[in-house]
Amino acid sequence: MSPVALLERLLQLVPVLLGIGAIVFFMMALTPGDPVELMLGDALATPEQKESLRRDMGLDRPMHERFVLFIGHAATGEFGMSFHHRRPVAQVILERVPATIELTLVSVAIALAFGIGLGVLAAVRRDSWIDRLATVTSLLGVSMPGFWFGILLILLFAVALGILPVSGRIGYAGEVPFVTGFLLVDTLLAARLDSFIDALRHLLLPAVTLGLAMAALLMRVTRAAMLEALAQDYVTFAEAKGISRARVLFRHALKNALIPTVTVAAIETGTLLGGNMIVETVFGWPGLGRLVVEGIFTRNYPLVQACVLLYAVTYVMLNFCADLLYAALNPRVRL
Amino acid sequence: MTAAILPGAGASAQSILAANLRDFLANRLAVVSAVGVLLFAAMAVLAPLLAPHDPYESDLFRRLQPPAWLEGGEWAYPLGCDSLGRDILSRAIHGARVSMVIGVAVMLVAAVVGMLAGLAAGYLRGVVDIAVSRVVDVLLGFPYLILAIGLMAVMGPGLMNIVLALAIKEWVLPCRIVRAETLAAREMEYVEAARALGASRAHIMLREILPNVLSPLIVVSTFRMATIIIMEASLSFLGLGVQPPIPSWGSMVADGRQFLIGAWWVSTFPGVMILLLVLAINLASQGLRDAFDPRLRT
Repeated sequence: MSPVALLERLLQLVPVLLGIGAIVFFMMALTPGDPVELMLGDALATPEQKESLRRDMGLDRPMHERFVLFIGHAATGEFGMSFHHRRPVAQVILERVPATIELTLVSVAIALAFGIGLGVLAAVRRDSWIDRLATVTSLLGVSMPGFWFGILLILLFAVALGILPVSGRIGYAGEVPFVTGFLLVDTLLAARLDSFIDALRHLLLPAVTLGLAMAALLMRVTRAAMLEALAQDYVTFAEAKGISRARVLFRHALKNALIPTVTVAAIETGTLLGGNMIVETVFGWPGLGRLVVEGIFTRNYPLVQACVLLYAVTYVMLNFCADLLYAALNPRVRL
Repeated sequence: MTAAILPGAGASAQSILAANLRDFLANRLAVVSAVGVLLFAAMAVLAPLLAPHDPYESDLFRRLQPPAWLEGGEWAYPLGCDSLGRDILSRAIHGARVSMVIGVAVMLVAAVVGMLAGLAAGYLRGVVDIAVSRVVDVLLGFPYLILAIGLMAVMGPGLMNIVLALAIKEWVLPCRIVRAETLAAREMEYVEAARALGASRAHIMLREILPNVLSPLIVVSTFRMATIIIMEASLSFLGLGVQPPIPSWGSMVADGRQFLIGAWWVSTFPGVMILLLVLAINLASQGLRDAFDPRLRT
């Protein structure tokens, strides 16, 4: 893609991001209740103190000025104080981000492995029992609510079999010093294999829960794309030349079949972000999703506002990357 | 499809509809699923007659009573009782009401709003199209659940608010499809003919183009109902949906979370209801799509 086309695409993001900012701003600005009272909570304050707090927070200015201020602050990651934590919102969020990213990445890895693997198998063994199994799995995957699937996994693996933990990121015994916030990395840095395995065991159920819907979709896409690729002339030609079955499947067919799969995967990673709240709530995972839900119940609006904005911006950027990836992989698409 | 859109092709349009319907009825799995969806609808309507007990009546002596086939259970309470001793079966039957009402309401609001916006954007083009498309782009920028959660946090719980929180983003999909179909249709001869005859823009959009974009609209809307129902259940699970004591499948699953050890049935059965309904809707709409709009097949 030419640099000009890339720049054009980037510029197209600006109105979308501004629109998202506007919705998030007005969503919170129109919330009933006085932010000053909310922030003070039970603390006693004189009317003068309240007035000065109101001025400090910029609440005495007209709406459009507050919006411009909000966008300016948002661009620099300045979201004010978290009511509940009495610390800057950005700081509270940063602490929680690694847990969510770790969970998301592992979920995506699981979804890719199962989705592509099953999809290829189903296409190669079309109409066999494995194809039917894959179809049923993918149908269940999109029809099952994530929170309930998570609970079923807990019932089976934690309650009935007792082989995996119910919630949290790591056991007390396995805690390691904070370096990156990614426990799988930190445990290895601390050279604690037992902690690494413990962290992995904690990750497994939430990651499978979160990845299920994505795996189901990827499976469908891969199967369809693989079937299409296998029906192409170049595959027949390669087979006629006497190239081995495996080589034809992986070097010729799969390479082309992966184009739609990769694009769908990038888009679905964004969708997966929405599932964070559910999965983190079910498994008591101390990430961003849990933070948002807690923030709503404690009416911690600056925090909720920042998180919703962060999720939306990440989502837009992921979709943008999916577009670029699709163009890069598929020479027929000219941007 | 093209045959149906020729002016004066009423008879052939009808026979296409009949042929589509025949295709649908020949798909046994889809028909069974459609009957399943109708049964759920009947369950929602007739809940007070079907439920063996009052879904709100709690009996602390029956707290966490197991299902009938387990020790300590009894057939008067076949699926057992929850932590307040309420009959799970009766609550699950009543829970269909929330899911169906919200599923249908959001779907209808989204279909109507999306249809009007899509027709206007696709046919009028210009400023209207730019405005609609920008709003669509911005709404697509939000993950669905995040937007719904944010809106519920602001508006507070309640049936009406859930419908609003979901419909605000939901109309985008029907809108995009109707817009694309309209863009294609506006260049066709029958629209040109209507224009030449001096038909008003409203007439062309609603009487000429609309009937021809209806089938993709219907197909997409039925598919989306499954997602809407899962969204409602998710909001209720998080405690942001309908408020207790009104039974909703999502909040029933959430109630049972504390009792997973020892009382698995509290969370499990309402989840089975969600799964069955969503599965039925998905399968029925797949059949509907294959019969009515084979182009959308993946």
